[in-house]
Amino acid sequence: MAAPQSQNALVRWIDRRLPVFTFINHELNEYPTPKNLSYWWNFGSLAGIMLVIMMATGIFLAMEYTPNVNLAFDSVERIMRDVNWGWLIRYIHMNGASFFFIVVYIHIFRGLYYGSYKEPRELLWILGVIILLCMMATAFMGYVLPWGQMSYWGATVITNLFGAIPVVGNDIVTWLWGGFAVDNPTLNRFYALHYLMPFVILGVVGLHIMALHTNGSNNPLGIDRKGPQDSIPFHPYYTIKDSFGLGVFLIIFCIFVFYFPNALGDPQNYIRANPLQTPPEIVPEWYFLPFYAMLRSVPDILFIKAKLAGVLTMFGSIFLLFILPWLDTSPVRSARFRPVYKWWFWLLVIDVFALGAVGAHRPEGWWIVIGRFGTLYYYIHFLIVFPLLGIFERPLPLPTSISAAVTKGGGKLAGASAPMEKP
Amino acid sequence: MRRLAPTLIKGALIGAGLLLAPIVAQAQEETPLPRTSWSFDGPFGTYDRAGVQRGFQVYQSVCSNCHSLNLVTYDDLGPNGPGGGIGYSEDQVKGIAAEKEVTDGPNDQGEMFQRPARPSDHFVPPFPNDQANRAAHNGALPPDLSLIVKERAAGLGALPWSASGADYVYDILTGFKNPPPNEKLPDNSYYNEYFPGHHIAMPPPLADDTVSYSDGTKATTAQEAHDVVTFLTWAAEPTMEDRKRNGAKVLIFLVVLTGLLYAAKRKIWADVH
Repeated sequence: MAAPQSQNALVRWIDRRLPVFTFINHELNEYPTPKNLSYWWNFGSLAGIMLVIMMATGIFLAMEYTPNVNLAFDSVERIMRDVNWGWLIRYIHMNGASFFFIVVYIHIFRGLYYGSYKEPRELLWILGVIILLCMMATAFMGYVLPWGQMSYWGATVITNLFGAIPVVGNDIVTWLWGGFAVDNPTLNRFYALHYLMPFVILGVVGLHIMALHTNGSNNPLGIDRKGPQDSIPFHPYYTIKDSFGLGVFLIIFCIFVFYFPNALGDPQNYIRANPLQTPPEIVPEWYFLPFYAMLRSVPDILFIKAKLAGVLTMFGSIFLLFILPWLDTSPVRSARFRPVYKWWFWLLVIDVFALGAVGAHRPEGWWIVIGRFGTLYYYIHFLIVFPLLGIFERPLPLPTSISAAVTKGGGKLAGASAPMEKP
Repeated sequence: MRRLAPTLIKGALIGAGLLLAPIVAQAQEETPLPRTSWSFDGPFGTYDRAGVQRGFQVYQSVCSNCHSLNLVTYDDLGPNGPGGGIGYSEDQVKGIAAEKEVTDGPNDQGEMFQRPARPSDHFVPPFPNDQANRAAHNGALPPDLSLIVKERAAGLGALPWSASGADYVYDILTGFKNPPPNEKLPDNSYYNEYFPGHHIAMPPPLADDTVSYSDGTKATTAQEAHDVVTFLTWAAEPTMEDRKRNGAKVLIFLVVLTGLLYAAKRKIWADVH
């Protein structure tokens, strides 16, 4: 459907004045893609689709939701009970948040494993980290909207973090709240921002894709494409592969939406917010647990109070992702050719899961110890392991080209990852 | 250099101390919740209508004296309700609503007035406000029961292998015991095996024959508890049957679609080497 040659006169007419058809053809149809992408590369498009699902369901929820401390909880329950298909829209939105994070976390770890953040994709990676930060802000504010117990107390705990900033901290907290406690003004501004942020994310996603299409996808071998024999057009090869992946993903997603819709949420949030009654435990949603663990794991360090140290450690863990392209000194991208890094990668995965478990438990006994070691290790991994590995590790010899590696491996389907091991 | 080594060791020791300091053994005793079998369990579970109606009878004659059910309307019980109600006809719903009085107004004289409740009204609470409810219960507030089943599922309790919110409420209703001999109960509280901390302000609400069922079912404590939990589960999520029914359709569709997409993927990729 290359537009200038299109049979359709109208398409040609439009395209000469506004080359949308050429653009779509160039970016989706011809766009050359490495032919050896594995299924781990599905999660980028899945994340994009999740964003669309969240925005679509969110707009319909917004039509029925009332951002007022006295009405919010009831309006959400009204959606669940009286609005036609309201329960479906809300369960999709609620579980969609969790699945959006699952997809994005897998996407990030895939980038870590295959070195997708390395030259020339540093800005692509940084834009991705910005998207992650925006998602976190959006998810946090969205969780406040139903005005249940966890909404209220989660908002109180997290906004209070800014009170750790020396000198101006308390003033900032009051400014964020729009008063002297989390109350109606807080709920209103969170609602406004929760509606705004997805559009900001959409914009950054646009830049993310622009940066991606400038140099093209990384691939499981982590080597550059050498010529046309290494790539295939995005359509139909990856449109169909992504569609199949989407089908599998939707099956898992729908099992949760229709059969375990409350499994990933905190049951306490079905209790109306009560500023006079602190719940027995205040826990964030599961996707924040590793960060929550870091926040709580840091003790007083010299003259820095534990609260401030915890806040710095938590935000620092994301900041490390921003500078990762320069912390990793190894010129080899894919962990497949980095025999030592491969193991450290899995250690980081275990560390993040362990921190998640710590975040879910009351900070007492061994959980504190695991939390402190886990936090310490996270920092060691980024600040010491990454720089040193590049110096001391001896990478395996890289294949000369993508197609050479693929055909030598036995000429199987390009998507299969098994036959890549022979150098 | 010679000074450096002891400093490093000292630093390491302090660091280790900092990391290990907080170990305090602390065991928390919690009685594991027994599980009960429910008509609404599983991917094809539905609400046993007779059970929901009996449970409604228990709620009306026992629970509703102290506990509100604010999120449910009388209309929800009838054919206009979400998920088609619990089997009452529109006339029956009108009758059930009319048993209660609500304050309405102001009328054109500017005065509030009492009128019988209509199907569109929410369940009339037992007390005009929480303060009145507390005053009648030694300062304790009987919680609203609309979502009690959903709000009591422990953590991942919504998954099939752990005790659900329904199990919890059932266990509380049937878990009243005499306190252990060495334990002294505070005033106005009762010993319950499954309540966190064991001291609950609610007196045992159910006993054998607390209600007499119109359908002739024998009203044992366990039967009453089972029925009222079935009713409360329906009240917490009246659209559950819709959800599960549609889930089956959606999943069948998705499995077929995904199979086709896989076949298409295989075909399209066949020429890539």
